[in-house]
Amino acid sequence: MKVFLDPIKCSGYGACADICPSLFVIDEFGFAQLLNGGVVAAGDEDSARNAAAGCAENAIGIEG
Amino acid sequence: MTEHFADVYPGLTPRFVIGESGSRPLSLQEEIAAGTYAPVVTGGLIDQLEQAGLRGRGGSGFPAHRKWRAVRDGGAPRVVVANGEEGEPSSFKDRWLLTNRPHAVIDGLLLAAAVVGADRAVIYLSHPETVSSVQRALEELPPRPGSVAVEIHVVEHRYVAGEETAVCRSINGGLALPLSKPPRPFESGVDGRPTLVSNVETLVQAAWIGRNGADTYRELGTSASPGTMLVTLGGSCRRPGVYEVPYGLTLGHLIEDCAGGLSNGIGGVLAGGWFMGVADASLLEATWCYDAMRAAGSGIGCGAVTVLGCDERIEDVVARLARWYVEESAQQCGVCVKGTAAIADTLELFSQGSAEPDALANLARWGTALQGRGACAFLDGAANLAGTFSRIITSDRATQPIAVN
Ligand SMILES: Cc1cc2nc3c(=O)[nH]c(=O)nc-3n(C[C@H](O)[C@H](O)[C@H](O)COP(=O)(O)O)c2cc1C
Ligand code: SF4
Repeated sequence: MKVFLDPIKCSGYGACADICPSLFVIDEFGFAQLLNGGVVAAGDEDSARNAAAGCAENAIGIEG
Repeated sequence: MTEHFADVYPGLTPRFVIGESGSRPLSLQEEIAAGTYAPVVTGGLIDQLEQAGLRGRGGSGFPAHRKWRAVRDGGAPRVVVANGEEGEPSSFKDRWLLTNRPHAVIDGLLLAAAVVGADRAVIYLSHPETVSSVQRALEELPPRPGSVAVEIHVVEHRYVAGEETAVCRSINGGLALPLSKPPRPFESGVDGRPTLVSNVETLVQAAWIGRNGADTYRELGTSASPGTMLVTLGGSCRRPGVYEVPYGLTLGHLIEDCAGGLSNGIGGVLAGGWFMGVADASLLEATWCYDAMRAAGSGIGCGAVTVLGCDERIEDVVARLARWYVEESAQQCGVCVKGTAAIADTLELFSQGSAEPDALANLARWGTALQGRGACAFLDGAANLAGTFSRIITSDRATQPIAVN
């Protein structure tokens, strides 16, 4: 499973980093940064999906 | 720089800067006599591109065959676009090609359309002289039964307007600003169709391979960087201009043998257009090929190299470029707006001689942390500027401009 982040939509609310910290951090400029190239570690699929669903800007896409 | 002047590496038999095209436009008759528009066997051409090792000349260096194959294997109808926007401020080679050899570009585009099975072919332009030359070339072109009509799409000149998703968005009637990926144009571009966006030089190179074969193509250049390339040499050199050069010579040789050597010493080098940031004079010792330029911490990019004179202060140059990144940003991605501003503010302090102690560490970090973060690679260029400056400013060579003659 792979996650994509739309940097045009991201406004830096940070819900993704709260819900799925293995995949998202908020960087020093206040915007989400994808970790691990967006590849979701085994066992983290649900929290990745929740992070995508929880993004107010709908900036997170999921493939696979 | 004389924009439509081009020449050939001394002693090289040119493939692209042929006849008198270096100094004036070739006529249709001259192009036909040179083999342009002669039939090419389209089956197997993508394999030939792969064997030839052709890489994109728009800046990314992406293997051409992979993109052509992906578009061909996508669903019909398909679209091909010749990208002649040439947004890099220090590059002139696409303008030379479009102005003096517009038929070679049209020929390459028609060939690409035939190979990938496109029913729409667009030439994407911004510089006015290229629009008139391509228009003239299309008007004098006799009807070619079975080939697609070629359209011209004109966009207002701007750096990001040449980025591939901005290209498709503009042709689709939108703003010439990048979009987030995925999808990439080969999946969904013009009209939402699989679209081959290719630099104009790449198309002309591909047609040459189609007519002469991959083996002949590889007779020049190196095994990992085969063939020749159109480079733009500018700044502190005696004969700035566009040159067709083989890969595999040192950058210093190219500047010496093509451009007549340095005119005002050397205080540094900007490579890859402005995209690869700044290097010190030692870059002239690096071999002009993809691997060696990358190993030297720089890159080939679109092939434009600007030599900074020994009287140009590197801190002032990078501060100016960083400000340009702020102004040219499409301002769509939060991280690009904030990141380019932070880089410019920090480099401005270096220029004024009042940088804080942690400034170099910040620049070095942004040089890597901001890579790949924007919707397009524009931010990577600003990050490269930050990262390369932080590296050379800590090496003693950079602080010692070399005066020549
Ligand atoms: C900010 C930005 C500007 C670009 N401008 C141009 C351009 O002016 N011309 C061009 O051919 N490619 C440009 N590119 C690269 C294109 O996105 C694309 O990779 C290229 O047109 C593909 O052609 P190629 O594979 O033949 O190199 C730009 C890329 C970026 C990130
Ligand atoms: S990275 Fe910068 S230039 Fe590219 S789309 Fe985002 S804001 Fe625009």
